[in-house]
Amino acid sequence: MNQDAVKDLLVRMADDVLILAHRHSEWTGLGPVLEEDIAFSSVAQDKLGHAQALYAILHEHFGMPDPDVMAFGRAEADMRSCHFVELPNAEYDFSLVRHLLFDASEYVRWSALRESSFEPLAKLAHKIHGELKYHLYHAQTWIVQLGSQGSEESKARMQSALNAAWPYALGLFESRSGDADLVASGFFPGEDALRAEWEVLVQGILEKSSLTMPHDHAAVLGGRDGYHSEFLAPLLVEMTEVYRIDPSATW
Amino acid sequence: MTRQEVLSALQSVRDPEIPTISVVDMGIITDVEVESDAHVRVTMTPTFVGCPAIDVMRSDVEAAVRALGVEQVEVAVTFDVPWTTNRLTDRGRAALLEHGLAPPEQFDTLTLELEVLNNVACPYCGSRKTTLKSPFGPTLCRSLHYCNECRQAFEGFKPV
Repeated sequence: MNQDAVKDLLVRMADDVLILAHRHSEWTGLGPVLEEDIAFSSVAQDKLGHAQALYAILHEHFGMPDPDVMAFGRAEADMRSCHFVELPNAEYDFSLVRHLLFDASEYVRWSALRESSFEPLAKLAHKIHGELKYHLYHAQTWIVQLGSQGSEESKARMQSALNAAWPYALGLFESRSGDADLVASGFFPGEDALRAEWEVLVQGILEKSSLTMPHDHAAVLGGRDGYHSEFLAPLLVEMTEVYRIDPSATW
Repeated sequence: MTRQEVLSALQSVRDPEIPTISVVDMGIITDVEVESDAHVRVTMTPTFVGCPAIDVMRSDVEAAVRALGVEQVEVAVTFDVPWTTNRLTDRGRAALLEHGLAPPEQFDTLTLELEVLNNVACPYCGSRKTTLKSPFGPTLCRSLHYCNECRQAFEGFKPV
């Protein structure tokens, strides 16, 4: 097994969900209605669990630091999240669109990982897949409601948020130099294959929502090499505050 | 010491978020191995990957087995046998209802369609004329519903 390639893949997957979990948690107490406040907080909690489980695999099988150190103890340049998950929540339309595009990608990714040749990951995938159904269902319900079942204004806002999010969302599927080995060994199907499946899934949901899928955009890249958007550094300052005061704190 | 004795002891360990149900009836105990009267190994799995109650339940499980006089107790949390709501026992389902939560239906894990959430039986009046309000509730394992018959909001234990 190409250990460096495995670490690269699992760290970027874990970092994406960790950072987006933090963004989702910023809706706690501020959601437009109580149920949405609870929904985003619950999705955040699930995603933190997924990040922790991935860091635990990295720790137990690949000798990486323990999950708390991975989540709270790394410098910005050592993070591997993509720009898409780092962007601020902005308005609710953007948060919902990001929720849909990200969870469609998670759904496709974890569905495929159930067949991974690496057993600990395949087992985790069976578990996470069941949870992601709820994330995708929630996002889809609102996108359809505000798209085809909404007003002209809500539809226009969703389309505009979708157009803004799209180039960033494509950054989820940045291929890495070690990926070919992982594809060859059946570890995962590769970013291009995942992106193709994701586009089909997203296209179907957007059609139901009377929204148009953007085309011909270049992906926003950089996070996988440690070059992040201006928004990650302040997020890390807030997220790691307690850990930096006392790394052994428990609560 | 038998496996059954350990499982009976674990009936006293409750889910801190739903105290009417034991960890055994919840289906999160996936294996009990009795090496000897002095050495017992318990394997458990969380309901949701991010379940915040798992650490509390893990130490409660350990304490309950230790209370049987077992010196060496190992409790492992793994995803080897993934938890699904199909693992709830009949007594577990009754305990959920007692807590005011609509129990999940049995389902085929491969073909679960979330439309089933729209026909959940109301825990108060039993009617199936109910509507899903949100797939997320006050804990990760619950959903929010409304009964159009008795006009009450209620929570369900969602199928996973």
